[in-house]
Amino acid sequence: MTRERIRRIIQAALIVGAFSICFGIVSGARAQGELLNVSYDPTRELYRAINTAFTAEWQNKTGQKLTIRQSHGGSGAQARTVIDGLNADVLTLALAGDIDAVAERSKKIPLDWQKRLPQNSSPYTSTIVFLTRKGNPKAVKDWGDLAKPGISVITPNPKTSGGARWNYLAAWAWAEKAYGKDEAKVREYIAAVLKNVPVLDTGARGSTTTFAQRGQGDVFLSWENEAFLVLQEFGADKFDIVVPSLSILAEPPVTIVDGNVDAKGTRAAAQAYLEFLYTPAAQAIIAKNFYRPRNTEAAAPEDLARFPKLELITIDTVFGGWTKAQKEHFADGGTFDQLYKPAR
Amino acid sequence: MSDSPLPAAIYRTDRALRDGFWIRALLLTLALGFLLLFLFLPLIAVFVEAFAKGYGLFLESITEPDALSAVRLTLLVAAIAVPFNLVVGVAAAWAIAKFEFRGKSLLISFIDLPFSVSPVISGLVYVLLFGAQGFLGPWLKAHDIEIIFALPGLVLATIFVTFPFVARELIPHMQALGSSDEEAALTLGASPWRTFLTITLPNVKWSLFYGVLLCNARAMGEFGAVTVVSGRIRGLTTTMPLHVEILYNEYNSVAAFAVASLLAGLALVTLALKTYLEWHFADAISAKSRH
Repeated sequence: MTRERIRRIIQAALIVGAFSICFGIVSGARAQGELLNVSYDPTRELYRAINTAFTAEWQNKTGQKLTIRQSHGGSGAQARTVIDGLNADVLTLALAGDIDAVAERSKKIPLDWQKRLPQNSSPYTSTIVFLTRKGNPKAVKDWGDLAKPGISVITPNPKTSGGARWNYLAAWAWAEKAYGKDEAKVREYIAAVLKNVPVLDTGARGSTTTFAQRGQGDVFLSWENEAFLVLQEFGADKFDIVVPSLSILAEPPVTIVDGNVDAKGTRAAAQAYLEFLYTPAAQAIIAKNFYRPRNTEAAAPEDLARFPKLELITIDTVFGGWTKAQKEHFADGGTFDQLYKPAR
Repeated sequence: MSDSPLPAAIYRTDRALRDGFWIRALLLTLALGFLLLFLFLPLIAVFVEAFAKGYGLFLESITEPDALSAVRLTLLVAAIAVPFNLVVGVAAAWAIAKFEFRGKSLLISFIDLPFSVSPVISGLVYVLLFGAQGFLGPWLKAHDIEIIFALPGLVLATIFVTFPFVARELIPHMQALGSSDEEAALTLGASPWRTFLTITLPNVKWSLFYGVLLCNARAMGEFGAVTVVSGRIRGLTTTMPLHVEILYNEYNSVAAFAVASLLAGLALVTLALKTYLEWHFADAISAKSRH
C-alpha cells in the first residue's frame, strides 16, 4: 500500500514537473506585441501613464495589441543589467553616461545614439531642488547653506545613482560661480557638504524613503519630480520645496536598443513609442507627472505653473559633456573619491 | 564531610533542582521574549499594515494582474525547483549514507556550499556564466536561448540556494538507520529498486517530508539570488518577494504588506502542516527513528 502511494506521489511529481516545464517554455516565448522599457527609479508613475496612452494609440493605428513591460532600479544598476543581457527594447535612463556605457560595452547601440532623437534624445527634463521639513526650520535657502555645520544632508551615492550625480554637479557648478572658479575653495565647499551627509543610499528612491519615511536629515537633494511626488504621497503639510538660486538642467535620455529590437522584430513599435514621448499628448502627461515638458502647448496650465523659474546651467557648457564629467568626478580616483571621507 | 556523605548528597541535589528552576525560568523568559519581540510582533505588524485600509483594498492588491503573475511565478519556480531538489537530494543522501566511496566528505561539503555562500553571490555566478558578457553568453545568444532575466535563471538560482535542505535532512537519518534492513531485503531476493521503494524510502519519509517543506518555504521566499538574475521585469520575472520590494518602493505600503502577508501566510501554512503531521503521527515518527 505504501509502495503504491509512493509511486503515485512520484508520478504526480513528474507530471507537475513536466507540466511546469512546458508552461515555462510557452511563457518564455515572447510575443511580438511586447516591449520592455528598462528605466530608472523615479519614472514608475510617469511610464505607467505613458504606457496606457501609447498602447491605446498604437492599437488604433495598427490594430496590434501591445504590452509594455517595465523594469525599474538605480540608473547605473539598470545599465549594468542590460549590459549583462537583459532584453530591453528601449532604455530610458537618468543620464546619458549610463546609456553610453551600454553602447560601449554591449555594442547593441551605436555610439552616436544621442543624435537620433530631438533635443539630445531627452523628451523631458528635470532639475535638482531641495526638500526640507515643513517651515524649513534650519533655514536652508541655497547651496551655500548645505556646507554649514549641523545641517544633515540626504543624497544618494553618485557611484550608483544618476540623480546623485546631478546633485553633485549642481553643487559644484554653484560653487564655481560663487567662488569665482577658485578650485581650492570649490573643493573645500564640496568636502564640507559631503561631511554633512550621514548616509549614501544606492538609489534616489532609497534616499527618498530615508528622508520622508524614516525622518532622517534636514534637507534632501532631490529630483524636482521626486520632490513633488513626495508632497503628493506624504502630504504637502509635512515638507517644503526650496528652490536654490541656480541648478542644473537634468536631461534624462531615451534610446532604442538596436541589437535587441532587431533580434525581436520590435523596431517599429519601439521607435514609435519613443517618438510618442515628443507628441503634445505625451508632453501633457509628462507635465502632469512633474517632469518639465519640452513642448508646453498641450500641457495643463496648472501643471506648468508648478515649475519655478530658476537659472539652469547645462552639463555641456559647464562640464564639457557627460564623458568628461564622469571621468573627472565619478570614476575611480575622481573628485568624489578624493573629497568623500565616510569615517568622521 | 567524609563521615556523612548522604546529607551532603541530598543537599546538592536539592540545590541543583532549585538552581534548575531559576535557570529554566530565565531561559524560558529569554526565549519567549525574543520570539515575541523578533517574530510575533513583526508578523502581526505585517498583517495589521496589510489590512490597514480595509479588506477591499487588501483583496484588490493581491488580485491585481502583476501580483497574480508574481504569485503564479513563485509557485511555478517552486514547482520546478522543489521536485528537482527532492530527486537529487534523495539520490545524494542515499549515496552518502549507504555506500562508501572516495571523496565522500568532499561531496558532503559541496552539498553544504549553498548554505555558506551569500545568496547574492549565488545569483552573480549565474550572471557571470550565462550573462551576455559571460562565459556561455555568446553561445546562448546565437542559439536564442534565454537563461538569466527569464524563468530558467530564476529556477536555477532557486535550485542552487535550496539544494541542501532535502539532503541535509536525510543524511543523518539514513546514516542512523544503517543498511541492515536493505541487506535483509536484498538477501530475500528483492531487486535494488524495489528495496529502495519499499524499505529505504518509507523508513525516511518523515525526514524527507521535513526537507521538502523547508526547501519549499525557502524556494518561495528567496530574495537575494533571485533579485540578481531577475532583471525586475514587472509582471514577468518578479517573484513575490521582489514584488513586495517594488510595491514598497512605490510608496504603496498597503499592497506591499498585503503581498507580504500572503507570503507569510504560505509560510504559516507550511509550519502548521508540519506541526499537525508531527502531532498526528508522533508514534509513527518515533517508531521509525527508533529502529
